[in-house]
Amino acid sequence: MTPLLLASFTAVSAVGRGLAATLAALEEQRSGLAYCAFETVEIQTHIGEVPGVDATPLPQRLRSFNCRNNRLAQLGLLQDGFAEAVARSAAHWGARRVGVFLGTSTSGILETELAYRARATATGALPSDFNYAATHNSFSVADFVRQTLQLEGPAAVVCTACSSSAKAFASAQRMISAGVIDAAVVGGVDSLCLTTLYGFHSLQLTSRTPCRPFDVARDGISIGEAAAFALLERPPPRLDDDAILLLGTGESSDAYHMSSPHPEGRGARASIQQALLAAGLSPGDIDYINLHGTATPSNDSAEDLAVTSIFGTGTACSSTKGATGHALGAAGALEAVICALAIQQGLLPGGLRTTAVDPKLNLHYLCETRRGNIRRALSNSFGFGGANCSLIFGRPS
Amino acid sequence: MAAVIPLTAYIEGIGVLGPGLADWPSAAAVLADAVPYLAAATILPAPLSLPPAERRRTGGVVKLALAIGFEATTRARVEPSTLATVFTSSGGDGSNCHEICQVLASSERQLSPTRFHNSVHNVAAGYWSIAASATAAANVLCAYDASFGAGLLEALTQVVVERAPVLLLAYDTQYPEPLRAKRPIPDAFGVAFVLAPEARARALAKLTAALTDGGAERMSEPQLEAMRACIPAARSLPLLRQLAQARGGRVILDYLPHARLALEVEPCS
Repeated sequence: MTPLLLASFTAVSAVGRGLAATLAALEEQRSGLAYCAFETVEIQTHIGEVPGVDATPLPQRLRSFNCRNNRLAQLGLLQDGFAEAVARSAAHWGARRVGVFLGTSTSGILETELAYRARATATGALPSDFNYAATHNSFSVADFVRQTLQLEGPAAVVCTACSSSAKAFASAQRMISAGVIDAAVVGGVDSLCLTTLYGFHSLQLTSRTPCRPFDVARDGISIGEAAAFALLERPPPRLDDDAILLLGTGESSDAYHMSSPHPEGRGARASIQQALLAAGLSPGDIDYINLHGTATPSNDSAEDLAVTSIFGTGTACSSTKGATGHALGAAGALEAVICALAIQQGLLPGGLRTTAVDPKLNLHYLCETRRGNIRRALSNSFGFGGANCSLIFGRPS
Repeated sequence: MAAVIPLTAYIEGIGVLGPGLADWPSAAAVLADAVPYLAAATILPAPLSLPPAERRRTGGVVKLALAIGFEATTRARVEPSTLATVFTSSGGDGSNCHEICQVLASSERQLSPTRFHNSVHNVAAGYWSIAASATAAANVLCAYDASFGAGLLEALTQVVVERAPVLLLAYDTQYPEPLRAKRPIPDAFGVAFVLAPEARARALAKLTAALTDGGAERMSEPQLEAMRACIPAARSLPLLRQLAQARGGRVILDYLPHARLALEVEPCS
């Protein structure tokens, strides 16, 4: 595929607001996970909550979109001059030539969960001020971002559970390749809600302790939340040496089970291979892999098999979910931004909370952050329903 | 600006299921004005393509998607396991969502694991991949009332960029009360297309899309127009009418403000 320029990128997660705070947390190996005290949730687990989301106001003209997910989106758009970069892009290409492709898994469903507690006793009706379209519906976040940034190009939300926002990069890439648009705001926004906290708990997939990806004693995920954005553009004829590019995308389906990965990582392997093929790269060209690495026993062992079958045991890998938690529908975009940051800063983030790597897992798992030249990085995202996506980022060759 | 690839694909198979529309041939008869439209509730068939254990767990949205997907691939005479897929829906499984919200509003909050995994927007894609042994890429979109346009645009770009056939499935099911009052989708409607990059013997029509400012076409029959206006997947009806009538020419479908889809349709004989 033709590489695309990441003209701007940013992220907000439990480890901080914006790139500088995210980088500092990765360098200092600081985790944003804390014991769950979200809303009225009574589950013994740790979560990656973003502080200050509820204090983030929305623009007055878009106040109908008010919900935690869109406030988190707004917090993301305000970081690192992202909204200003999009405005320049829209001025250059035209507002109709800039698309919006975002991933989420639960959007603003928290509003519906709260509305169900406030149903009218006599009729069972939801409160009159509850706005389904602008909060609960998955598209709400893309509609909000599109209107905030005053864009008029195509827009959609990708909703493939935990690979949603990685696949948003692939959708946008195809739209730009086909010439439908010249640039796109891509990313993911997912926020804490009761459905995912109680849902993953019902599947016995949440850990009591902060999650420990690839650890011998790993026992589940820590749910997080994040807003992460990138501005993808058709690259100019001459690129700066320090430009960061989206080089390849790969997607596959497990066709195996709704909530368990294929045990040999069949779909994961296919998505990684397709991303390498699309980028025209061989496994040895990848310097760092940001793993899906959820810290469930089954995910990490399936991913280990997929990665080692392609890369062997030498390529440096880590999961950053011990720092940020699992941001679900925003995880793909958050980890894409972490890969871009890793390439830009020459930093290989160590996986936090992992003290004893499972001896049955063979990939080269980094437990300590270290400095090193990264020309190309791969990010894996795998979702419920067996929806897999791998993205490759790198410097111009 | 870079070279624009024409967004062209060939329709090889169609599946339809909606209120009073039992499959593509019966929908085509109505849309070609051969028989009058008779309103009737949508009947969702049991998903016999799934193993019994999985079948028991599926809700309406999965039944609808599997029915239209297998109708389209059967009519196109293509092996469903080989196709990449694009699923698009304005919401998930409404009944399942209602049950989850009720449980979470209660003092118990004991969610069933099956309810939770059925709550993901890509539930139909997950079950389709299992039923059809389809391991290619599956994208799953939502664009509220613009969901059909978003899915068709995504499917067409996949066809022209990847140069491989794609199965598009667009479907919506209704919410029960009290959500129904906030999102009044009257009944289930789904449509599926097998789209191919080249003209093959089984091609029904050539489709070329572009974005436009023009207004979306409406249906002349009032009940069909109500369906088009109330169910996002039924925004496809003006295209289906043109295909049913084997009529060439331009049709504009609803998508987003400033970005509706203008389609040039050329029937293949």
